[in-house]
Amino acid sequence: MAYGGLAVPIAVMSVFWGVVGGVLPWLVPKGPNRGVINTMLVTCAVCCYLFWLIAILAQLNPLFGPQLSNETIWYLKFHWP
Amino acid sequence: MGSLFRSEEVCLAQLFLQSASAYSCISELGERGLLEFRDLNPKVSPFQRRFVGEVRRCEEMEKTFTFLQQELRCAGRVLGPCPENPRAPLAREALRVQEQSEQLAQELREVTRNRTSLRGRLRDLRQYLHVLCEGQRFTSLPAPLGSPPRPRALSEREPILEPSLHQHLERKINFMAGVIHPWRVTAFERLLWRACRGYLVASFVEMPEPMEDPATGESITWVIFLISYWGEQIGQKIRKISDCFHCQVYPYPESEASREETITGLHSQIHDLSTVLEETEQYLAQVLDKVALALPTWRVQVQKMKAIYLILNQCSFDVTEKCLIAEVWCPVRDLTQVQEALRQGSYQSGSSVECFVQRVPTSENPPTLIRTNKFTAGFQSIVDAYGVASYQEVNPAPYAIITFPFIFAIMFGDVGHGLLMFLFALWMVLYEDSPRLRQGTNEV
Repeated sequence: MAYGGLAVPIAVMSVFWGVVGGVLPWLVPKGPNRGVINTMLVTCAVCCYLFWLIAILAQLNPLFGPQLSNETIWYLKFHWP
Repeated sequence: MGSLFRSEEVCLAQLFLQSASAYSCISELGERGLLEFRDLNPKVSPFQRRFVGEVRRCEEMEKTFTFLQQELRCAGRVLGPCPENPRAPLAREALRVQEQSEQLAQELREVTRNRTSLRGRLRDLRQYLHVLCEGQRFTSLPAPLGSPPRPRALSEREPILEPSLHQHLERKINFMAGVIHPWRVTAFERLLWRACRGYLVASFVEMPEPMEDPATGESITWVIFLISYWGEQIGQKIRKISDCFHCQVYPYPESEASREETITGLHSQIHDLSTVLEETEQYLAQVLDKVALALPTWRVQVQKMKAIYLILNQCSFDVTEKCLIAEVWCPVRDLTQVQEALRQGSYQSGSSVECFVQRVPTSENPPTLIRTNKFTAGFQSIVDAYGVASYQEVNPAPYAIITFPFIFAIMFGDVGHGLLMFLFALWMVLYEDSPRLRQGTNEV
């Protein structure tokens, strides 16, 4: 699978949590617990999506990179394709 | 469902209850669990309220039940949970319950008393039998026990009358037999030797089977002792010493023949007593069975009765109209159900006039009511631990259902741990109804 950069993960996760928070509430059967279940789905989607998004955006501009020794750097440069 | 997001609308209502049907109406309302009663007699002390006699009667019945339950537990039986949901009893039934429970308690007391006394007697007889049997060993031995080695008149009373005393001593050997606790044997022996040196021969032998100690109830191997002595004073000294050591002393017949006779007599007595004891035990088991069968239902019934009377105590009596007035907080949605319950109650008690409920306007803030099912109840109680929301305030519980575990998970941040907790929770949810877990009566 080609490396699609950042677009693929963002698209997948947004669609997934969008379905959970936006589509599933319409599919919950009518009953006394409908309100609670809808609240649960929406809060869950918002919480988990935000958590994931913040984590991945923070990793795009890291504070520091991996701490490698000189030997490892040389090996990476000459022996990896 | 709006009721988890905000507390329900609750109104103040007045119930007008006929005094004849008040009891059954409150019983109906109680079964449905719809209302919160306000105390209309706050200044009246508990001893001056109208139904205090009934409450006291319920409490007496509860005392009898506790006694019965203790007896059941002593006998090693476990009281099962109440099978169905009994309603509060009417006055006649309550009387019957009270009479029956007291009668059973009385029977139980008598039977246990008989049994303890029978047991005590049996133990005594068996000890005596052992004493005689073991004593045979020593007294059937030839001469050495009977004749003293040096017939010197060493008794303090009569130092002078030597010859006649010597003859007297040769013939009159007395025996004392009894049973002593094994821990006291050495001290007893030592004291006997110091007090009556040389005038007695004491032999100790352990009983072949252990028997119950009447004081502590534990099983001990008693030690049988047989003392042969001569001289009256010695005899008295020995008797006093054995009293000090709490020994059980039995009369030891002199001749072989009378011993045999006593032994056969004892055998038959023990046999008879054992049969009687067996029958007593059987009867006791029957009584306990009856108690175990009836007790759980009675317990629940009396509890409900007491609760009803406590609530009736909170109502004010309107003497002019011969009815009781109760003020309740009632959710608006359930007003029709309350009316239905009142109708049922009046019908059951057979009164012609129906009780009714009437809504009353008030400026006070009604209590907060939030209906939860078994899933949301846990989260609601966590939120309530911080403080119960005031009337019609937004309830944070539905949002807490997700955010609470979420923040918890952020703290841990560990997939393995999370997986383990998830599996444990899954097991708990799936086996919620397993009978083994249902047996537990505590909150966990």
